[in-house]
Amino acid sequence: MLNRISQIGHSLKLPGLSFLMAFTITGIIIALSDSKVMGKIGSPIEFLKSAGSSVGNAYLALFQGSIYDTRLAESGFFEGFYPFFETLVTATPLILTGLSVALAFKSGLFNIGAQGQFIFGAIGASYVGFRFDLPVGIHILAAVIAGMFLAAIWGGIVGFLKAKTGAHEVILTIMMNYIAAYFILWILKTPTFLRKGRLDPLAPEVKESARLPLLAGSEFRIHAGIFIALAAALFVWWLLTKTTIGYKFRAVGANSKAARTAGISVPFVITATMMICGALAGLGGAVHVLGSEYALNAGIAGSLGFDAITVALLGRAQPLGTVFAALLFGALHTGGRMMQSNTGVPLDIVVVTQGLIVLFIAAPVFVRYIFRLKKLNVASALTSKGWNG
Amino acid sequence: MKIRSNVEKRRLQGIAIITALSSLSFLYFGILKPGKEATTFGFVLNDEWVIIKDWVISSQTGARIFSITSLLASAIAVLALKKGRSISVPVAVASFGILMSFLTWIASGKFIPFTGLLQGGLLLSIPLIFGAMSGLVCERSGVINIAIEGQLLASAFVSAVVASLTDLAWWGLLAAPFAGAAISYLLATFAIKFSVDQVILGFVINVLVIGLTDYLYKKLLIPQQNTWNSPPLLEVVPIPILSKIPVVGPILFTHTIVVYLMVAIVSMVTFGLHKTKWGLRTRAVGEHPTAADTVGIDVNKLRFRNVIFSGMIAGVGGAFYTVGSVGAFGKEMTAGAGFIALAALIFGKWSPIGALFAALLFGFATNLQSTLSIIGVAIPSEFMLMVPYIATIIAVTGLVGRVRAPAADGIPYIRGGAH
Repeated sequence: MLNRISQIGHSLKLPGLSFLMAFTITGIIIALSDSKVMGKIGSPIEFLKSAGSSVGNAYLALFQGSIYDTRLAESGFFEGFYPFFETLVTATPLILTGLSVALAFKSGLFNIGAQGQFIFGAIGASYVGFRFDLPVGIHILAAVIAGMFLAAIWGGIVGFLKAKTGAHEVILTIMMNYIAAYFILWILKTPTFLRKGRLDPLAPEVKESARLPLLAGSEFRIHAGIFIALAAALFVWWLLTKTTIGYKFRAVGANSKAARTAGISVPFVITATMMICGALAGLGGAVHVLGSEYALNAGIAGSLGFDAITVALLGRAQPLGTVFAALLFGALHTGGRMMQSNTGVPLDIVVVTQGLIVLFIAAPVFVRYIFRLKKLNVASALTSKGWNG
Repeated sequence: MKIRSNVEKRRLQGIAIITALSSLSFLYFGILKPGKEATTFGFVLNDEWVIIKDWVISSQTGARIFSITSLLASAIAVLALKKGRSISVPVAVASFGILMSFLTWIASGKFIPFTGLLQGGLLLSIPLIFGAMSGLVCERSGVINIAIEGQLLASAFVSAVVASLTDLAWWGLLAAPFAGAAISYLLATFAIKFSVDQVILGFVINVLVIGLTDYLYKKLLIPQQNTWNSPPLLEVVPIPILSKIPVVGPILFTHTIVVYLMVAIVSMVTFGLHKTKWGLRTRAVGEHPTAADTVGIDVNKLRFRNVIFSGMIAGVGGAFYTVGSVGAFGKEMTAGAGFIALAALIFGKWSPIGALFAALLFGFATNLQSTLSIIGVAIPSEFMLMVPYIATIIAVTGLVGRVRAPAADGIPYIRGGAH
């Protein structure tokens, strides 16, 4: 038992140290870009005090905005969790897109295309959601399936092209993202999608029957999508560890040449992986539309597809890790909004934090070098394949 | 012999496609759905010598003339292929013919600023060319560079800030390569010293640069715009006499120093890569580092230098965004150009001239789109905007022939390590 605990402690060393460094550097940037702090550069003690309060306030706001806010708790203990529920809402699509990228990693593919796949998932779900009248459960199901289907095709195209021609998926998915971004701009202008009486690109809201149920009443935005996301994580774990097809995915990811020799069809694995990845990201888009946005708009995907990559990298492409990473980044983004409005520190700084965390996690040798560690548990470092891979 | 016949087969396929397109454009633009009115091409942009100011031609006649030119050029291409000569000139003429035929058709009754179209296309491709050269210098020595976007964005930011603070555009231009090199230093250190996966690393560096520039933009550049973000522009330096030549003058010889630097850098990289010791070593290290090591080349040192150099090249391209064209820095103003540059590099098969033309093609396609949407044509602009990306997909999926990256691209070199 003790052994097990020390083992877990050991495996948390790298993420722990990475977080520490990332938040330290972020703090330095916040302090140095604060004119009030820089105004006191003449006296070291005042300078440090002022820097400490500047960074401290920012991080406090970050916490209050994402986990628990005592000021909200005055109207009831439960209400204090409002920020945490917001974090869950933000994390839901991140979990799903993150899983899409993580699963691709397991097959040795770097899926930068979650953004485009997410967009198609959102388009499909939105269309079924506002166009048809169906009974409650069936409507949700139909909308979700429509979104997943479109996104699976969008992802599958990449897999198919890679399998057939050997073109690199990084370039293909980047290009497909651009095409998807222009496609949604176009489709929102078509008479089918343009809301009546509007000129700006905004689709009609999905009907009540297609919306995911809210979990904590209408005062909170938290919806059933979080359970869908957790179920998807469970599914990916099951697929990878308990099924033959998952075994094939991992075999190709570990060594595609050996897998081919062992009789696994690599083109099939690549195409199937990208289709499932597409479906997962598409589910993210569908859940985002049906659970919190309701109306399709040009910026529906935000930077979710790209954040997904940092999520998957931080989660080391493990389903459970991805869930935690998505919760963390969801918290950073939600808390970042309060930090921006309360302390004037722009939200974008959390992107830097996010990038730094992933950079250090990806560079265990660097962390070991900085902290002069003899040993640092490095569970298989993530790799992607070069252009010729 | 087999390889040769494969190449020939692919060239023949290419010519067949172009011939088919020419015939189609003749049929569709010239006979089935001809434009009813006249098309006007404008040639004069600045104060160059005027030979023809505007050229007015009936849309139908023009489309027919250009399609027939294209068909003739395709025929010449077939003959050239049979005789074993280079087919690039006739193919280029044929493609140009198809394009012109399309333009005369679609702009029926409208005005196309021909010279401006080409000049704008060149200007849009400038950062792409710098980015592609940056990627090339990196990747030919075996380090994958996904961080071009970050290099461009960081240097655009720094050049705007430095030029604003000093109130001199030149300082902005001088500072930009250092910003690019700083990003490269991060890339080189983590990729070479700490063996981090280069694709992931490049991606993360882009995230960092986007986050940091967005942050500083909101924190400093917006609130104190006069201090931090009001850079002066580099002057346009027309080259005497040459800039007066009709059409060619405004397109090639009426620019800021950045554009001329682009020509210098592409020439330098082309020459350097194939005619100098540095080039030979770079290629050796990118293809077979173990062999290079055996003959006494310090693989990782050379790679490190090349990555830094690549950042400096991209830096000049980044300066083009601010002091070289629009002035003030804007949030994420590079808007994915780094990735297009990467695509141009791959499209151009990792050769400087190939990458140059691929980047020019992307720039031109983008500008064609904006020109057409300004004069108001029937095709939704979104689809026109997709064209460069679809073209890239077609290119990398092998319709232009299989592309092969340098053999050791992306593989960290550890002496005595397994490959």
